[in-house]
Amino acid sequence: MRLRRVPGILLCAALTAAAGCGGDDSGGGGERGELTVSAAASLTEAFESYAEGTPGEERFSFAGSDELAAQIRQGAAPDVYAAANTELPEMLAEEGLVEQPRVFTTNSLVLAVPKDSEIESIDDLTVPGIDLVIGAEDVPFGSYTLTVLDRLPAADGEAILDNVRSEESDVKAAVGKLSQGAADASFTYVSDVAAASDRLEAIELPAELQPDVAYGVAVVKDAQSPEAARAFVDGLLSGAGTQALEDAGFKPRSGG
Amino acid sequence: MSGSRRFGALLVAALGAVLVFLIVPVVGVFVNVSPAELLSSLGEEGALDALRLSLETTAIALAIILVVGTPAAYLLATRSFRGRSLAVTLVELPLVLPPAVAGIALLAAVGPSGLLGGVVEGAGVELVFETAGVVVALTFVASPFYIRQAQAAFAAVDPTLLEASRTLGASEAETFARVAIPTARAGLYSGTALAWGRALGEFGATLVFAGSFQGTTQTAPLAIVERFGTDFTGALALSAVLVALSAALLLSVKLLSGSAAFGSGASA
Repeated sequence: MRLRRVPGILLCAALTAAAGCGGDDSGGGGERGELTVSAAASLTEAFESYAEGTPGEERFSFAGSDELAAQIRQGAAPDVYAAANTELPEMLAEEGLVEQPRVFTTNSLVLAVPKDSEIESIDDLTVPGIDLVIGAEDVPFGSYTLTVLDRLPAADGEAILDNVRSEESDVKAAVGKLSQGAADASFTYVSDVAAASDRLEAIELPAELQPDVAYGVAVVKDAQSPEAARAFVDGLLSGAGTQALEDAGFKPRSGG
Repeated sequence: MSGSRRFGALLVAALGAVLVFLIVPVVGVFVNVSPAELLSSLGEEGALDALRLSLETTAIALAIILVVGTPAAYLLATRSFRGRSLAVTLVELPLVLPPAVAGIALLAAVGPSGLLGGVVEGAGVELVFETAGVVVALTFVASPFYIRQAQAAFAAVDPTLLEASRTLGASEAETFARVAIPTARAGLYSGTALAWGRALGEFGATLVFAGSFQGTTQTAPLAIVERFGTDFTGALALSAVLVALSAALLLSVKLLSGSAAFGSGASA
């Protein structure tokens, strides 16, 4: 018994030593020419295809925009922050954590359902027993969903909220639940349905219910590679990034 | 003997590094949140709901694991049969599965459109988006932690003890209940603590399989991650409670199993 413990301790020492060495020489993340980008989960496909055409290497962290903002507040400094709304980047700019944010694309919220679904419109969501998943209220696709439900007659909004079975932390988690047949419907972006078009279909929302979905991007103040970060953002505003976004189902920024 | 002294110093340094590395993040949870803040953010309805749900679901999962896992571990430890090592490997598989994979696997197995989805539905059981689904996810990821320990503990029971019990006229079941279990007690306790700790911290499988909804499926770890985005203090407060709970769990099991928790090098 006692003899068997020694190798364990040695192993720990070795691991700790290895971790220590790693910590010493890394100047704090980003290697040469490597850009870290924290981006809303809904940007996954568009950004990955944009990255294929850029000269540098990008490292993406896709998650709920609110979670990524919280990481930046806690001191994590990616080079670029791209959110599925404009409020979060603006708040970070006011807090002095990111440079002036820019709107780079827009999207629309749709009712996403599995291909074989019998749901045809938002009215069908009021039927008791529908399994609806929505975004948690802090993540943009969740707050857009609440905006839509708020614009409905109060009784309908309540009935739909009663059918909510899960609050997801990012839009791709909702898409996963739909694709697996675990949920009957969700409100996602039209681009997310396009990315999962083999399993899902999008039901457009009536124009009067459609929220304004604009995406903001900013270079992070403590960026390791601010030059590359600016080039990445410029490409989104007018360049290969714009095309990649359009191909993924996003819409051009309005008035741009 | 400077060589051996140097080696001794190396061991002490290694242990020191391990302790610092493991303890500092835990300390960080507590120094960042004042007791007043902790209490007020725990007063929120959502936080208490999450803690209550965590305690309930882990307790049920643990009961299932103990009742089914203990005899299963006994069989694995005391009999040799064809396919035994395969069974042992299969039992350990969830240990090395990433939790999100466990969640997807559960969806693919017992989700509405999964392998056994029809059977589950036919039985009138709903798992996805239900508290029962959380229990399933917890049981799936935590049971190997108990079964492995229990199996080792039963294997360490002196076979002559079991033999003597049978010779004295006790049935197999009596021998299991009155000799094997009490003798393997310490190992069973520590397996229980490990499984409980794992279940208490479960995140990925629950989120993927059962979803996250306050009061139904949102356990404390899920509530922590949800708060992380907007309410860092609240997230810290809930984290602090989980740390305290886990520590209390570990400590009580150490005391129960009779091995000295800290100090006294004479460990069993």
